[in-house]
Amino acid sequence: MRNLAAGVEGTNPTLNIVIFAVFVAITLVIVFWASRNTRTASDYYAAGRAFSGPQNGIAISGDYLSAASFLGIAGAIAINGYDGFLYSIGFLVAWLVALLLVAELLRNTGKFTMGDVLAYRMKQRPVRAAAAVSTLVVSFFYLLAQMTGAGGLVNLLLGVEGEAAQDVVIAVVGVIMVLYVLIGGMKGTTWVQIIKAVLLVLGALVMTVWVLSLHGFGFSTLLQHAVDTGGANGPALLGPGKQYGKTGTSKLDFLSLAIALVLGTAGLPHVLMRFYTVPTARDARKSVVWAIIVIGVFYLFTLVLGYGAGALVGPERISKAPGGTNSAAPLLALQIGGPVLLGLIAAVAFATILAVVAGLTITASASFAHDVYANVIKKGAADGKGAEVRVARITALVVGAVAIVGGILAKSQNVAFLVALAFAVAASANLPTILYSLFWRRFNTRGALFSIYGGLIVTIVLIVFSPAVSGESTSMIKGADFHWFPLSNPGLVSIPVSFFLGWLGTVLSKETTEKYAEMEVRALTGVHAEGATAH
Amino acid sequence: MSADEDLATDPGPGVDWHQVQGSAEFAELRRRLRVFAFPMTAAFLAWYLLYVLLADYAHGFMSTKLFGNVNVGLIIGLLQFVSTFVITWVYVRYANRNLDPVADKIRREIEGEAE
Repeated sequence: MRNLAAGVEGTNPTLNIVIFAVFVAITLVIVFWASRNTRTASDYYAAGRAFSGPQNGIAISGDYLSAASFLGIAGAIAINGYDGFLYSIGFLVAWLVALLLVAELLRNTGKFTMGDVLAYRMKQRPVRAAAAVSTLVVSFFYLLAQMTGAGGLVNLLLGVEGEAAQDVVIAVVGVIMVLYVLIGGMKGTTWVQIIKAVLLVLGALVMTVWVLSLHGFGFSTLLQHAVDTGGANGPALLGPGKQYGKTGTSKLDFLSLAIALVLGTAGLPHVLMRFYTVPTARDARKSVVWAIIVIGVFYLFTLVLGYGAGALVGPERISKAPGGTNSAAPLLALQIGGPVLLGLIAAVAFATILAVVAGLTITASASFAHDVYANVIKKGAADGKGAEVRVARITALVVGAVAIVGGILAKSQNVAFLVALAFAVAASANLPTILYSLFWRRFNTRGALFSIYGGLIVTIVLIVFSPAVSGESTSMIKGADFHWFPLSNPGLVSIPVSFFLGWLGTVLSKETTEKYAEMEVRALTGVHAEGATAH
Repeated sequence: MSADEDLATDPGPGVDWHQVQGSAEFAELRRRLRVFAFPMTAAFLAWYLLYVLLADYAHGFMSTKLFGNVNVGLIIGLLQFVSTFVITWVYVRYANRNLDPVADKIRREIEGEAE
């Protein structure tokens, strides 16, 4: 790809489009190739459980290192310095929750979705419906963030000003990712994520080494350069507090964000679903280990890239650029490597968005088809798995359409912020339910419904009446003010409330779950866990 | 849960899950998992929270320069990376040595019995 790109001369937009088209073409071929054996629901949702731990770990990184990580965090560090770094630490440490408490037990007790785990010992229909609702909501917030990132990039890359062109690109991204999912199912999607993760880490590595070499491989020198370029605001870049340290409220807001980040990961449905693509719990463990290594190293790169963008491009130019904060990494690429590097990095960023959006789409469609259609509507007596997969594919189309429209409407939001909201919902509605379900014998249907719906409602209500939506110059709805909740991120309140509601619902119900013995034995030993399907 | 491929996860007749769950062997497996996972979770969450609170409320301390432009905040932040990698490594070692053998033994007993 690199050689080809280097050989293509022409105007920047053409170059960028060509590089991007080459990526799409290559991945589509691979998706076609990977989809040859996609027949059953297990193939479509879980890639036949045939991926190895390391493969899945890299795919998880591909799924997780979204546009928010690459564009959002690099931009946040470039403009706000140290405070941007805090995002990446929360995103990384969060994986320990998945490693120690969730991944292996989940792999042993479920098949395709989060709903499977809950349905194991509770009343199938209500808990599956609840799990599907929260899965769809989290996926929606996360999708919005990705589509928004796509919109922000296009201004920079194609040099087009104006809303219409941006909307077209968002639509193109949506169409391509639906193609991936429709054709390739989980196997195709996984390969797209693996390729993208490798490209993203390589791209970040090249830029990191480049930026460091420009500063004599001295990190302290790089920091000094960032301070100098930052002018009056420069010295504040090195320490915490530039973004969140202004008032008591903003400090609380930061605390709230930090908690949501660390507890949200293990509740993200598209992350949970990836654990089902490996044959055993041990492979799920290996997946997380690989993911932690890849993600950790990548975030160390973004630290250099963020300060590098601050030093070489400067906060002022980044803020004024068409994509705002999200344009820091692409502008840095342009600065150090010219249009070719910009084209490559932009293609990687596009690939990132495509892969993450595809992962979210397959998760949302699996949740609807498997939990809602097959088990709630058809009550488990479905007309064969063929119908379920067909419904999943139709759902993928609908999700794609919703993502396109949502992405067009939300395109001026900061990407990292939107992802933080998705994490807040995941940490509130999903994590308490999963943990109770795996570790608490008494937990029952009412408890699960209380924690999912309660967590979801509390989180969304707090977001709607937060300064993120109205009342400030950076709000989603400008010129209106109906906020009464002071924090932009609701996690500080909504997560404890959800844990409490899960407990409350449980003790208010007399239902006892006989099947906990079976579930616990299976969770810890992997007895009868469905292994890889042979082809 | 009716289609053919789900049979792979069908419990099969004859497994008394309550008996397995109540066995000393299983209790030991559960104890070993919890005695590691719960305190470790509490520890890394506390360490993370300490970091977040310092970054939030102790700006002066975090901005103290140690060498060049590298300050306390940057070092503690990087230590979060280090601790994450170390905990991952320790857990994998622990699971391989202390969890997997017991889990495998119980699984073989049950699956052998059901066949």
